[in-house]
Amino acid sequence: MQAFLDIFDIYLLEAVINGILLGGVLALLALGLNLIFGVIDVTWICYAELVMIGMYAMYFMVQYYGVSYFVAAPLTILLVAVLGAALHYLVIAPLLTAPPINQLLATGGVLFVLQSFATVAFGIDFRNLGIRLPVLAFGDMNFSYARLLSFVAALVGMVAVYLFMTRTFTGTAIRAISQDRQIMALMGVDARRIYLITSALGGALAGLAACLLVLQYDVHPFVGLSFGPITFLICVLGGLGNFIGGFIAAFVFAEIISLGGLFSDLEWGYVLAFAFFIVMMFIRPAGLLARRR
Amino acid sequence: MMGQGRLAAWGTGLAALIALPFVYRDPYHLHILVLILIWSFAYTSWSMMGRFGLVSLGHGGFMGIGAYVTALLWNHLGLSPWIGIPVSMVAAGILALIVGYPCFRFRITGHYFVLVTLALSGIVLQVITATRDYTGGSLGYTPNRTSGNKLLALQFDDKTTWYLIALGIWLFGIVVWHWVDRSMARYALEAISEDEDAAAAAGVDVTAEKLKITLLSALMTALAGAIYCQYQMFITPDTVSGIAVSLQMVFAAIVGGLFVSLGPTVGAIITILLAETLRIGFGTRAVGWDNLVYGVLLVLFIIFLPKGILGSLLDRLKPQRKVPRAHEQEAVQIARPGT
Repeated sequence: MQAFLDIFDIYLLEAVINGILLGGVLALLALGLNLIFGVIDVTWICYAELVMIGMYAMYFMVQYYGVSYFVAAPLTILLVAVLGAALHYLVIAPLLTAPPINQLLATGGVLFVLQSFATVAFGIDFRNLGIRLPVLAFGDMNFSYARLLSFVAALVGMVAVYLFMTRTFTGTAIRAISQDRQIMALMGVDARRIYLITSALGGALAGLAACLLVLQYDVHPFVGLSFGPITFLICVLGGLGNFIGGFIAAFVFAEIISLGGLFSDLEWGYVLAFAFFIVMMFIRPAGLLARRR
Repeated sequence: MMGQGRLAAWGTGLAALIALPFVYRDPYHLHILVLILIWSFAYTSWSMMGRFGLVSLGHGGFMGIGAYVTALLWNHLGLSPWIGIPVSMVAAGILALIVGYPCFRFRITGHYFVLVTLALSGIVLQVITATRDYTGGSLGYTPNRTSGNKLLALQFDDKTTWYLIALGIWLFGIVVWHWVDRSMARYALEAISEDEDAAAAAGVDVTAEKLKITLLSALMTALAGAIYCQYQMFITPDTVSGIAVSLQMVFAAIVGGLFVSLGPTVGAIITILLAETLRIGFGTRAVGWDNLVYGVLLVLFIIFLPKGILGSLLDRLKPQRKVPRAHEQEAVQIARPGT
């Protein structure tokens, strides 16, 4: 084992593995956004802000009311799912027939609302969950337990969504409606109900991501801006609505950020990821897995 | 084209605006007016693209480049803003072409275009923050005060001078808007915004037309950023770049009205007065409240009044003046749900 590790630069390997762990959470975020886009054909610009609200919910439940983390997590997922459904019901549903740009901008307005709501209600302090998880040592490499847990939980979440989509009647209806909007209504599927369920599901994924991110990052009203843009880039790189493409793109991005961060600051990792994205727009404008026309 | 009456109205209004600082000298109110004029110019620049369905969330990036490049050249190389501003505009223009070309060449429209441009403002924000050794990072950046020629450094202490500069810039924006409005490019771009294939079949060079308007819009936005920097003498990544600024532009343009020349100006007046009123009314408790009101208004406007305040008002005044263009018609229908 040690001989194997000696071949590689130990820090490089650590960065690569950390990148994979980060990729799990990013893939989870991208999955939620892709689901909404694929089924309802709407981009939630405020997706990361839903995560932020979820992180605040976790913080207050765990830190303020002393609820156990594992009790608070399902409650948070439920809360953000309700928020997602409410977002659809209040903002997206009246705009379903409007040009897509209007829907996108309306969710941009929701971004403002959620951000400033958090500022007004919770202040701009950075808040920390205060849970210190042990660091896992493996050879000479150190991995944070929180990241490992997030990675596993994100994978479990994604598998659960996959099973839901393939094994249940509602899941089948969701996949069907994303293939043909008009026909499914004629087949007796209530599109409005499916949209609402999909929005709640997308919200639940944001809630799960919030429970995992709160272990690693401090909460503040603008925390959404630090991983929101990267989530959109992942979805576009993978092809909007393409689940597998989004999954792969999440890991590609996470590696770039992690390796870029190894050689320089974390911000440069992000800059590198953005630059990579623009280059990819030249090469694969319709997403990583798109068929060439 | 312009009727005698409208020309006279514009002339009188302009004369009144020029005379204002010589009659009325309250520095606070002049400060607000300067801010309104500079931001109006930025919003007008955005709406040049936005009105043709090219919704960009990357304009925060162009504005940030305009402000930071000008200030960095001044502080580190001692280059006068008179040279620095054109350089910063060229930088923003090149970036616009680099991002715009693949977008337009490969037909990246709608959601994709918005998200790609969103990435652009993200990049600029991250680069400014990452190069904190030069730009001061998120703590902000101040151009050095000049000890020599104030005109050369484009730094003035009195509000009247700045008011007149801002007025000139704003007027320039309105003139460019009208120039585009009457050019062939407008018809080409409207055709493109309705159906790209049909426009291309009719002989419109889709990529070139889109690139031209994007370049123009980016250059003007960079100029707005540079002027804002010279006036405020303090910039932070969050006030001149990033997604929040981009969304703010979209919001103001939509509230005022995308399809009329003074729409973005009306949007700027409403948003800045709203922010100032809330700031004075609530004091420090207002942190966040202005954006909360912004956000709620933005959502309500898009659902109920997508043509904006001025746009809807003008429609009300002149009911059957002209047949609305197809992409506006679509927007009108949203205003009356159920039709």
